[in-house]
Amino acid sequence: MKQTLFLTRIMPPYTLRSTITAIGILLLLLLAQTAVAQQPVTDDQVNEVAKGLYCPVCESTPLDVCPTQACIDWRAQIRDLLSQGQTEEQIQAYFARQFGDGVLAEPPRRGANLILWFFPVVAVVVGGFFFSRYLRGLKLQQPAPVAEPGQRQETAVLPPTQAPQSDYIARIEAELRRES
Amino acid sequence: MSDLSTARPATEGQTAVKKNRFTTLFMWLAIALILGLSGWGLINNNRVRPEAGQAAPDFDMQFFNGYEWENATEATLADMRGKVIVLNFWASWCVECRVEADLLEQRWQQYRDQGVVFLGIAYVDAEPNSLAYLQEFNVTYPNAPDLGTDIAQNYEITGVPETFFIGRDGQIAHVQIGPVSERVLDGVIGQLIQE
Repeated sequence: MKQTLFLTRIMPPYTLRSTITAIGILLLLLLAQTAVAQQPVTDDQVNEVAKGLYCPVCESTPLDVCPTQACIDWRAQIRDLLSQGQTEEQIQAYFARQFGDGVLAEPPRRGANLILWFFPVVAVVVGGFFFSRYLRGLKLQQPAPVAEPGQRQETAVLPPTQAPQSDYIARIEAELRRES
Repeated sequence: MSDLSTARPATEGQTAVKKNRFTTLFMWLAIALILGLSGWGLINNNRVRPEAGQAAPDFDMQFFNGYEWENATEATLADMRGKVIVLNFWASWCVECRVEADLLEQRWQQYRDQGVVFLGIAYVDAEPNSLAYLQEFNVTYPNAPDLGTDIAQNYEITGVPETFFIGRDGQIAHVQIGPVSERVLDGVIGQLIQE
């Protein structure tokens, strides 16, 4: 009672009420957070994180389906880290630091790994560009249709790139005429 | 007029040749890049385990708390040059490692004052489990986790347990695949101490 009187002396009653209410709310929030943190971590939550990791002992086996003792231990460690409030990214970073980037299902986008991420895209784009150029070149090299009898000669004129070949044919024809 | 008509195809032909050269050059570069990457991958995958008579690859260790070497929390293999080293790869999940755990501790106690260092490297092991294992077998010699599995990759181990015996000169004297026996431990260490 004395304490309350002392407090009301150093601050007005409405400020004191507000302060007590604020502290009460803070305590409730802290309790709620603790309750959430203490909730048991489910197998689904563990497997969700484990899916992003690979067993380094048995190659190419995701951690969530790996039956070895090493993977069982790792899943237990994931459970511990989740119960400590760590996020999926934090747990994956921890495993990568402890056991190398090779345990990550998705290689991190840094250093030499960037080649893995960007080479396929660059290869498809550049390959597509050169393939389209190649197709265009084929189209240009296609011989013009042969002129039908009675049709005007202009329609059968070869494109400029075919000129050397038509010269050659003309020379052969001239040779044949001369011989006959 | 005739000059113009003959000049035009020649210019177009030259442009086409240039384009073809560029495409060919690009194709060869792409092939070289793919071959280079494949070669790099093959070299990395086909590294072989360092054998007896070869220099032991150097590495860094960050010891487990309570399992330091001469009160140092970090050390390299080079720091231990001049000592006989028994480098043992193990894991708490490894059944075979349990077979040799007591023997290794016994021999550490026996040889530690004769210039011999036993080094335990925990391979892909969860740290709490590693520490529990060390306590279970009352291990007292220096132990460290294989962070990033760098040490295991340098030594190209095929599994655990594996033990490398390294002489005072830094050369590997013997590689033991699987649990080490009393005969091998005493025989190799005895020989290396005398050298």
